[in-house]
Amino acid sequence: MRFFYEIVKGLIKENPMFVLVLGTCPTLAVSTSVINALGMGAAVTFVVICSNIIISLIKDIVPSSIRIPIFIVVIAAFVSVVDMTMAAFLPPLHKALGIFIPLIVVNCVILGRAEAFASKNNVLYSLADGLGMGMGATLSLTIVATIREILGSGTWLGIRVMPNSYEPMLVAILAPGAFFTLGFLMALMNRLKEKRS
Amino acid sequence: MKDKVLVSPAPHIHDATTIPNVMWNVVLALVPALIASVYYWGFRALFLSLLGAFTAVCTEALIQYLRKVPIRISDGSAFLTGLLLAFNLNVAAPWWMPVMGAAFAIAIGKQVFGGLGNNPVNPALLGRAFLLASWPTLMTGGWQATRFGSMNAITNPSLISELQTIAPKAHAFVTSATPLNIAHTLRDTSFVSTFTQSPALNTDIANKIFMSLTDGSTLQNLFWGNVAGCIGEVSVFALLLGAAWLLWKNIIEWRIPLFYLATVAVLTFIFGGIPGSGTSFSLPIFHLFSGGLILGAFFMATDYTTTPLTKKGRIIFGIGCGVLTVVIRMMGGYPEGVSYSILLMNVFTPLIDMVTMPKAFGKVKK
Repeated sequence: MRFFYEIVKGLIKENPMFVLVLGTCPTLAVSTSVINALGMGAAVTFVVICSNIIISLIKDIVPSSIRIPIFIVVIAAFVSVVDMTMAAFLPPLHKALGIFIPLIVVNCVILGRAEAFASKNNVLYSLADGLGMGMGATLSLTIVATIREILGSGTWLGIRVMPNSYEPMLVAILAPGAFFTLGFLMALMNRLKEKRS
Repeated sequence: MKDKVLVSPAPHIHDATTIPNVMWNVVLALVPALIASVYYWGFRALFLSLLGAFTAVCTEALIQYLRKVPIRISDGSAFLTGLLLAFNLNVAAPWWMPVMGAAFAIAIGKQVFGGLGNNPVNPALLGRAFLLASWPTLMTGGWQATRFGSMNAITNPSLISELQTIAPKAHAFVTSATPLNIAHTLRDTSFVSTFTQSPALNTDIANKIFMSLTDGSTLQNLFWGNVAGCIGEVSVFALLLGAAWLLWKNIIEWRIPLFYLATVAVLTFIFGGIPGSGTSFSLPIFHLFSGGLILGAFFMATDYTTTPLTKKGRIIFGIGCGVLTVVIRMMGGYPEGVSYSILLMNVFTPLIDMVTMPKAFGKVKK
């Protein structure tokens, strides 16, 4: 039962972006379009699952004083895999995400889960946690990107959804738009939480 | 009854000044500028201004209702913000621009921070910055000539016809740009070099246009407002009329506007020309009269909430605004820098207040 709990908690209750507020830098930067968000979400999910598994396997042999560098080496290995795979099979997406793929290495969601969860739990739960966190990150990225792409370009996944007379609100796909959207969504989440309790 | 037990910080000096009194007086002081813009562009200017004010008031009421705080739309502060926001628009702007701008100004610029008195920057200017970032082409292009056909106040007909024959590109640009646009573009030597084949002739043309831009009849047009520009900014005369009313009623204080305008005047006297134009006393006058400087200096840089409280602080604020305005006009990518310079100095206000706060008598430094 706990296995499913670890997956589901990442979606809403401990959503990495809206609740833990981890890894917001790449999130804000790449959420300008839904396709970028999905690509980034997939990359983060893959890396967080794999690094959680490896780290929970090696947690007993890692000296605690140098654990952070070791975690980063593990994470960087998987990021390199993602980077090269994407460059080989999805070159346009790789180009659009640019520097933010290598930067997944220092994404707080991944290092945070390694430090706070995988280094203290067994392989099965760590896998579940990674899956949940990855899906939570993808979900929130996609929500932010949906709002920004519709307002800022009038499209969703590249398909025109707004009428032709709509003048795209450019600020939505600029940096301030990312902060406004994230702020509003966080406020909404907190409001819903307040109402529940 | 509840209003009478509000606790406010010292000094507790009793005065008839109330928020509605101040706000509606500022609105009244903006009426001459509104009349001037209706005179030059017709009733669309009035329509856009009232639409902005109406949206601002509705947004304020809606958010105060949602926040479950007393609805205070009759204090005029939202009306003023909406009006000032609309004054920053081109008269040819579509109707939804004042609506979007005013709603953003009130919702994000003011109510998100807790309403009147808590906003870190001027809401109307934040609304303008939002519109400029969102729809840059609508905010910086499509200027309309006044009903007297005056676009940028260049009145020299022989210059215009001369340009038409020898440099059509320069002619097209001169007849579609605002005064500050022209001054800004003439400083761009790579653009000037495309006027004709001969570099010497290009410099000559640029200088001629600039001379005409700063001659007496042009400055007169700028003073009365017979020039393309935003709804509320064009008529220096009407704005000064309103400013004089506010100064006489002691609603605004003279330090910020004076130091703001003086800084711009001094700096533009030195740096205000184009390459090779030299300097003259008409340069600072041109820079003071064009763009949104008068509107900004008297009506936006004097906002109570977002400007320093101390006298010394106000002087620093005014000088800072002046320096930033000139830097943006002379070296920035935009032809006009009043709104961004005031916004930037708004952000510095808490810091300025902190360092200029007078020491209480007898207080010992820790």
